[in-house]
Amino acid sequence: MFQQKMIHSLFLINCSGDIFLEKHWKSVVSQSVCDYFFEAQEKAVDVENVPPVISTPHHYLISIYRDKIFFVSVIQTEVPPLFVIEFLHRVADTFQDYFGECSETAIKDNVVIVYELLEEMLDNGFPLATESNILKELIKPPTILRSVVNSITGSSNVGDTLPTGQLSNIPWRRAGVKYTNNEAYFDVIEEIDAIIDKSGSTVFAEIQGVIDSCIKLSGMPDLSLSFMNPRLLDDVSFHPCIRFKRWESERVLSFIPPDGNFRLISYRVSSQNLVAIPVYVKHLISFKENSSSGRFDVTIGPKQNMGKTVEGVVMTVHMPKAVLNMNLTATQGSYTFDPVTKVLTWDVGKITPQKLPNLKGIVNLQSGAPKPEENPSLNIQFKIQQLAISGLKVNRLDMYGEKYKPFKGVKYITKAGKFQVRT
Amino acid sequence: MTDSKYFTTTKKGEIFELKAELNSDKKEKKKEAVKKVIASMTVGKDVSALFPDVVNCMQTDNLELKKLVYLYLMNYAKSQPDMAIMAVNTFVKDCEDPNPLIRALAVRTMGCIRVDKITEYLCEPLRKCLKDEDPYVRKTAAVCVAKLHDINAQLVEDQGFLDTLKDLISDSNPMVVANAVAALSEIAESHPSSNLLDLNPQSINKLLTALNECTEWGQIFILDCLANYMPKDDREAQSICERVTPRLSHANSAVVLSAVKVLMKFMEMLSKDLDYYGTLLKKLAPPLVTLLSAEPELQYVALRNINLIVQKRPEILKHEMKVFFVKYNDPIYVKLEKLDIMIRLASQANIAQVLAELKEYATEVDVDFVRKAVRAIGRCAIKVEQSAERCVSTLLDLIQTKVNYVVQEAIVVIKDIFRKYPNKYESVIATLCENLDSLDEPEARAAMIWIVGEYAERIDNADELLESFLEGFHDESTQVQLQLLTAIVKLFLKKPTETQELVQQVLSLATQDSDNPDLRDRGYIYWRLLSTDPVAAKEVVLAEKPLISEETDLIEPTLLDELICYIGTLASVYHKPPSAFVEGSRGVVHKSLPPRTGSSESAESPEAAPSAGQAAEQPAVIPAQGDLLGDLLNLDLGPPVSGPPLAASSVQMGAVDLLGGGLDSLMGGSGFTAPGPAAPAAMGAPLGSGLGDLFDLTGGVGTLSGSYVAPKTVWLPAMKAKGLEISGTFSRQVGSISMDLVLTNKALQVMSDFAIQFNRNSFGLAPAAPLQVHAPLAPNQSVEISLPLNTVGSVMKMDPLNNLQVAVKNNIDVFYFSTLYPLHILFVEDGKMERQMFLATWKDIPNENEAQFQIKDCSLNADAVSSKLQGSNIFTIAKRNVEGQDMLYQSLKLTNGIWVLAELRIQPSNPSFTLSLKCRAPEVSQYVYQAYDAILKN
Repeated sequence: MFQQKMIHSLFLINCSGDIFLEKHWKSVVSQSVCDYFFEAQEKAVDVENVPPVISTPHHYLISIYRDKIFFVSVIQTEVPPLFVIEFLHRVADTFQDYFGECSETAIKDNVVIVYELLEEMLDNGFPLATESNILKELIKPPTILRSVVNSITGSSNVGDTLPTGQLSNIPWRRAGVKYTNNEAYFDVIEEIDAIIDKSGSTVFAEIQGVIDSCIKLSGMPDLSLSFMNPRLLDDVSFHPCIRFKRWESERVLSFIPPDGNFRLISYRVSSQNLVAIPVYVKHLISFKENSSSGRFDVTIGPKQNMGKTVEGVVMTVHMPKAVLNMNLTATQGSYTFDPVTKVLTWDVGKITPQKLPNLKGIVNLQSGAPKPEENPSLNIQFKIQQLAISGLKVNRLDMYGEKYKPFKGVKYITKAGKFQVRT
Repeated sequence: MTDSKYFTTTKKGEIFELKAELNSDKKEKKKEAVKKVIASMTVGKDVSALFPDVVNCMQTDNLELKKLVYLYLMNYAKSQPDMAIMAVNTFVKDCEDPNPLIRALAVRTMGCIRVDKITEYLCEPLRKCLKDEDPYVRKTAAVCVAKLHDINAQLVEDQGFLDTLKDLISDSNPMVVANAVAALSEIAESHPSSNLLDLNPQSINKLLTALNECTEWGQIFILDCLANYMPKDDREAQSICERVTPRLSHANSAVVLSAVKVLMKFMEMLSKDLDYYGTLLKKLAPPLVTLLSAEPELQYVALRNINLIVQKRPEILKHEMKVFFVKYNDPIYVKLEKLDIMIRLASQANIAQVLAELKEYATEVDVDFVRKAVRAIGRCAIKVEQSAERCVSTLLDLIQTKVNYVVQEAIVVIKDIFRKYPNKYESVIATLCENLDSLDEPEARAAMIWIVGEYAERIDNADELLESFLEGFHDESTQVQLQLLTAIVKLFLKKPTETQELVQQVLSLATQDSDNPDLRDRGYIYWRLLSTDPVAAKEVVLAEKPLISEETDLIEPTLLDELICYIGTLASVYHKPPSAFVEGSRGVVHKSLPPRTGSSESAESPEAAPSAGQAAEQPAVIPAQGDLLGDLLNLDLGPPVSGPPLAASSVQMGAVDLLGGGLDSLMGGSGFTAPGPAAPAAMGAPLGSGLGDLFDLTGGVGTLSGSYVAPKTVWLPAMKAKGLEISGTFSRQVGSISMDLVLTNKALQVMSDFAIQFNRNSFGLAPAAPLQVHAPLAPNQSVEISLPLNTVGSVMKMDPLNNLQVAVKNNIDVFYFSTLYPLHILFVEDGKMERQMFLATWKDIPNENEAQFQIKDCSLNADAVSSKLQGSNIFTIAKRNVEGQDMLYQSLKLTNGIWVLAELRIQPSNPSFTLSLKCRAPEVSQYVYQAYDAILKN
């Protein structure tokens, strides 16, 4: 009786359906198992719509779609699917981290490292080392210089000593870190997810926030980060390095940081009155009955932007299938309409309150086609520098355990997440 | 200089070239060659032929080369076991290496090579590594024990590795603890009976301590392990919950969901009056909502689980409706799940918002999603009464769009709204009727027909509308045909004067021209009802309908409780217990929620959701396996009949006399005649032709030495029995009756634990022995079984008389089917009556007990007939020749002692025989005739 636990095999598949890498942690599973996946893919039409869990007569296929690659894992028994999905995302993150991009080319160019990484990350289906710090000590990431040096000197990209972090109770940090410039940077990044209805009122809005850190500190620094208004944070996910008890009792983030880049916390602010909506959209999209044309008129303006400039504004609209092309004039920025995908993209740029950007013109429909029933949603992207829209503010950062004075910095940015305006 | 160069091939044999390079003297060339081999492996090319050459490269100081060779070995060692032995020495040597990385690598790789000979060598190094001073080696070794157990469980036990593994739970390094727990839970899962993870308050404490310190993956293993623990009281449950809640803030969603599982399970033990209970409820909402901001794949799994949680404890997310609002660029699988949860959370408080959203969705592009949204509006109307009016007007707006599939879905749900709120919204019928022509989906057509039939009295042209459907009756799906039949009968009962022709037409279509037994049955039932007792027909057909329930597609409570124990697993995604779909899960133990403890029970408010303790008392859809056979006995459908069964029931039979002018009287003799040419007389006609079909199955000869055996037919299709298909027939040989069955497993899992039970029946047929299926039935396997029967079971008159209701149980479920047995299996061997006795009896039985039948298209001569019938225990007592006709006088006796006398007239020029039967229990004649017919025609 073979109780095959956890992840049995992994297949990487590109958008044209070629399996370009396979890795088996137990026995070899034939590629033909992917036929079930291809079947589901065909049914789903859009790549994004392939269901993540597919059952086949003898296996289950759990997949993620990242950077135009399907990571399809094969499992054979009851396994927590989230476990597998989280792990697959971790694999993709690691590729991104190692090769600068998670693409078919990058993976093929580094196939040996990829194989070594996969072997290091999973043993017998159990995740072994998934922390990038530890992995990088076991398997060195490729650099142009190193591959040249390696080919000349014959040295390898495999570390031959045990990563120090593996032994300690803080597996995320290696010992003996040394920097000449000691720095600690925190980026508070907030994304607004919102659905705005036709009339401009907010149907749903919440803020997804993260604090991404870049810490380059020597030795074993012990940091405490406190906020002006920690009450905002009532729904938080922490990096394992954070001492949960201190947060519970004092609302202070206390931790020995990993070395380098990592996500310290992610949080969600959903209380409606706290979520400011920084832009408004005035729109008129209409199709005439029995005529093959329609009108399109959209204006974007600033709303609750706390006195900061809204920039990087881009609007994308999936127009109905019957739309042939669009003749529009933009008072600002430029627009494109892809007649195949029916996607209208308007790159607006910065919003100046004095002269609001407007895009206006005629929509040409397929002649004879019925008037489109659906109303396209407007997808808005924007950025606001030096502002956390929730009002979250870092108070101070203290360091214990080391004597030097680090350079500290905090940056705030607000972006649109899934920001949709219904018409 | 990238690795893609390793993919280029030359024209010369690639393998040949690699072989040469692998054996090169130059280290660098060797390494490059191994990399090329690995590259081929990554795209699934078979490079196993290079096995000896690659293994030769293993003896090296170069760690990278060693790793690459190990990678290769793991992939191919299984296919080349003999060659793999070559590597053993190096492995054993590497296990002693001063570098812990190499020690760990060696023991890990050895564990992956599933070759018996290697495992023998593995034991000593593994023992050392489990006690290695380096935690990296220890944690690798812990996993290796699980691998070895998979290959040779006995060896692991004999060597005492399990005890060492248990000791590692107390290791100083949390990563070692996590891996030890993972390994132990894997081993425990394949041996559910073993008490490996001996969970007691002490070990639980150790796990909870390790939980705070080990890696995220280890936390998942520990939490899943904790979930299997049963705290001794509510105090302990609370203290575990308190220590698990911090995990809800973990960045890894799998950790969060495993923590949710532990909390949902242990919460069951907490009293609802406790402050802590409320605190816990509040703490559960934010992490669940946070899961929805993750990648879509994670969202999907989270939503499937939230769907369960919302059903179990709706209070957790009742204020979070908005996070389930759909974004237009969500993947379709996320959209559909969100919609489902929105309906579950809909209440009077938020219904306005929900409806506004649903209306928005109904104009989206994706057809599946739009359909589900329209349906959801209907579900809202049924769930929240206050919203019904608004829902109906929303649906009418949608119908106005004339978008075909929207209209169809809307009509289907409006039908349900009519059922839920009778006499409230019928004013919209006119609008619905306008769209009659555009309906092309069976469900929508059936719904519309139902509406027309149900409200026939308010629709002036109901007859015209229904008639228009009747034209293409044969092209409709069964669903529509059945609905049309019922609707027209309703119409007829409401407006009898104008619709005689219509009802006659539909009854004839349903009973004469259809191959569908359900349709035919329903047709006959209506026919009989209408002909015998129009008042009763009205009562039956136009009966008050029970209200439909508020919540549709809720998961049945016991299943829900089980699924709550499986939060985060595949079972929670499929909403089925693992035993129903995981291969090789025979040993799976059904999990259940812990019962509430302490004094809290009485304090619980009455409207609270049922706790597991209460749920257990509710009747379960799938009863516990031990009780099954007991339950089967209770499946009787009517009062028992005592005494001589047939005689007692003959009175009843008379009352059901068929088309005996009943319809005529109803119609006032307006020429409403029984349709079809094949209806010669009495009740035999329609029913007989139906049964004739059953026995008409040609092909397949079953005659051995005993009675005629009909070919096997499918009694229980796999579709209706979760993959179990049963076909069978009955036979009688040398005095013993048997039911010959073929059980076929068309499911993907093994079936076992078969049992069979009959309902009481007219002749007391019962299994004489248990159903013996010796080995479990593997997928796609069939087994033939001959089940001996006796006739000493309980007796109850069935209709038809030879109806047998059977229940079959297996490890999956209990299935019911009914079948008709040919009466001749009951004809006993001593059924030959003395001549004098025959004459006396024949005279003695009143003439009204005589029944006459035609056996058509039979070309046998009298002697052949006689010998053929004798094979099935119908005995010829005398033969006479009257005016060129052969008259055979025959007798037979049934197992319950009823004698049947027969006169069979055979005319040489006519292929139709005339059979006259006389019996004191005349209702058996019909079935005796069928037996004759079947025997003679095969």
